[in-house]
Amino acid sequence: MNSVQRFYFDHNATTPVAPEVLETLVTCLGQVYGNASSIHHFGQAAKQRLEGARRQLASLIHASATELVFTSGGTEADNLALAGSRPAHIVTSAIEHPAVLATCAQLERQGTAVTVLAVGSGGLVNPDDVRRALRPDTGLVSIMHANNELGVVQPIAEVGRITREAGVPLHSDGVQALGKIPVDVEALGVDLYSMSGHKLYAPKGVGALYVRKGTRLAAIAYGGHHERDRRAGTENVPGIVALGAAADLAASELAEESARLGALRDRLEKAVMDRISGAGVNGARWNRTPNTSNLYFDGIDGEALVIALDLRGFAVSTGSACSSGAITPSHVLTAIGLSADRARSSLRFSLGRSNTAAQVDALVDALEAAVAHLRRISVHA
Amino acid sequence: MTVPKHPIAVAMSGGVDSSTVAALLVRQGHAIVGMTMQLWNQRRLPELAVEGGVGRCCSLDDVYDARRVAEQVGIPYYVVNFERQFEEQVVKPFVDEYLAGRTPIPCTLCNNYIKFDRFLEMADSVGARQIATGHYARVRFDEATGRYQLLRAVDDSKDQTYFLCGLTQTQLARTLFPLGELTKPEVRELARSMGLAVASKHDSQEICFVPNGDYAAFMDAYLKDTGRDVPSMRGAIVTTDGRQLGEHDGVHHFTVGQRKGLGIAAGEPLYVISTDAASQRVVVGGNDDLWCGRFFAKDVNWISIAGVTAPARAQVKIRNKHSGALSTLYATQDPARVEVVFDEPQRAVTPGQGAVFYDADLVLGGGWIE
Repeated sequence: MNSVQRFYFDHNATTPVAPEVLETLVTCLGQVYGNASSIHHFGQAAKQRLEGARRQLASLIHASATELVFTSGGTEADNLALAGSRPAHIVTSAIEHPAVLATCAQLERQGTAVTVLAVGSGGLVNPDDVRRALRPDTGLVSIMHANNELGVVQPIAEVGRITREAGVPLHSDGVQALGKIPVDVEALGVDLYSMSGHKLYAPKGVGALYVRKGTRLAAIAYGGHHERDRRAGTENVPGIVALGAAADLAASELAEESARLGALRDRLEKAVMDRISGAGVNGARWNRTPNTSNLYFDGIDGEALVIALDLRGFAVSTGSACSSGAITPSHVLTAIGLSADRARSSLRFSLGRSNTAAQVDALVDALEAAVAHLRRISVHA
Repeated sequence: MTVPKHPIAVAMSGGVDSSTVAALLVRQGHAIVGMTMQLWNQRRLPELAVEGGVGRCCSLDDVYDARRVAEQVGIPYYVVNFERQFEEQVVKPFVDEYLAGRTPIPCTLCNNYIKFDRFLEMADSVGARQIATGHYARVRFDEATGRYQLLRAVDDSKDQTYFLCGLTQTQLARTLFPLGELTKPEVRELARSMGLAVASKHDSQEICFVPNGDYAAFMDAYLKDTGRDVPSMRGAIVTTDGRQLGEHDGVHHFTVGQRKGLGIAAGEPLYVISTDAASQRVVVGGNDDLWCGRFFAKDVNWISIAGVTAPARAQVKIRNKHSGALSTLYATQDPARVEVVFDEPQRAVTPGQGAVFYDADLVLGGGWIE
């Protein structure tokens, strides 16, 4: 059978490893096999690469290298930030990633009080709500930087002023912001900031948590004295080195690439709304990561549309996949007040390095045809 | 792979039957899209968790198996989430029927509303005109009557037409049952010869979403989970002549013909004769009281014939494992309601169960026992 030409519009789920990063990764994997804790030459070589990567990533977020803890990914970074803070009371939002919400649920079972803030129809947390939710025993505020489904960027700097004034540490899940918008942990006023490699054109299985100097954070897994006693386990040096290379790449390309992706995203949204009736943007249209667009198509079953598009060669997503791979309704779309029908009729398009204007035009053609077909056979959402 | 304009959508459960269907159709040169219907979240009612969870639908193991078969035979594969529709159209009616003192068959509802309705819609969405399933049954178009006929499977022990009696002409026109001409051993042999890992997988048993066939435990857990206010369901166990023998925790624990679990010591064996949800009474009696000579079937779906006007002869199955009783069907004013008169009385005619009318291999139609 011939191959259908395939286009990838799901960069918020994961990104391909960038060629420049791949080269660094493969070289490191082949040559740098020492344990970074070892005294000898091999260990020292690994340690040098590890610390070099730490400086690269620190530079991307304007932190000091000593403030970074490498982890297995964004989920572990979120778990470490929340559970390691041991809060008596935690304030978070309804649109956080499950890595934060499920950790909060587990902390709640262990006795932590949890306040989940609602968001407005745009998907934004109101900083005043954070202020009102603070209690004398509040041990952590955790608000994501950019939302994975909507791309909406939260007013972290404003929240940071409030938490700093109150003397409460602030965590932000930055997995969907890093590499898409500038990140400056000083300007944001965050004390803890989660990052993931595979959303940044580095491989899966590596991430990091920024821990502001002076922030109290306990380990959540026990073993050797790695990562300043905050994350036990032999460091994934090739993965970390790849993350460092990806951070360099992001730093050098960010301004240009975000302008390019923003223009592509606008092209996509304009064409969809010009050509497909009953379609529109979910959440705020301003202040989004430039690559993300969450669109609804009234009367369409999003799951059917994703499958129809995949069979035409276009990879997009809806909601979040459960363990079987089936689609479950999105808690984010529900939280911004969409009806169940509209939530089910919504799709997320997330653009990245590989996408071109021609691909976006082909996507819109496929969307127009698929939506028309589904409406004709009236598969109801 | 190319995406042909009109593939066949195969409903893949991860079992040997539907896996063989997918592999067989690919071998015959058809373009296929495989889909597994996610119908029920097994973790939703944790109190029902059983060790191993063997034989239950929608488990991750089954999805893994289906995905692996799809990969092996090289077809696009998706898991589609019908949990919402399944709960609305199968689970809730199942629970309501039991609460009303009847004994429902969820498999028929699932076929009518999920597998041959919702799944057909999903097939439409990928451009498929036909669907194929691993059911043991046969479909044939009859030129003379212009109707699609449903016929019993060649393998009598596996025949599933009893549960397919609600299929409409539109549904049958688009459905393939590639296993209808095969016996189960032949299917397993085919699966083996095609190198499918599921060739010797055990058959699924019981109702997929009810662990261990414990309906009452499922209902209690489900009602609690959905926060439905269930009125006190305690009631009396009485004899046919009105004597009270004991008490019970709800009519949904009982089904007509049941002998075990009555909690009553009596000289002779006692059986449930009927249950009445309104008065919460369970009527028990001797085996003789269970025999019944006639009943009405409602909401009849006619398949191989358009209906009956004059009295018609048929073999009538009143539950899946029933061998079929020689009967006469009498029309009523409602074309979807018939009176069934058995030649010989039958044991345990149970309200809520399906009554399916056969003429030898041909399924004439079927309805629900009133």
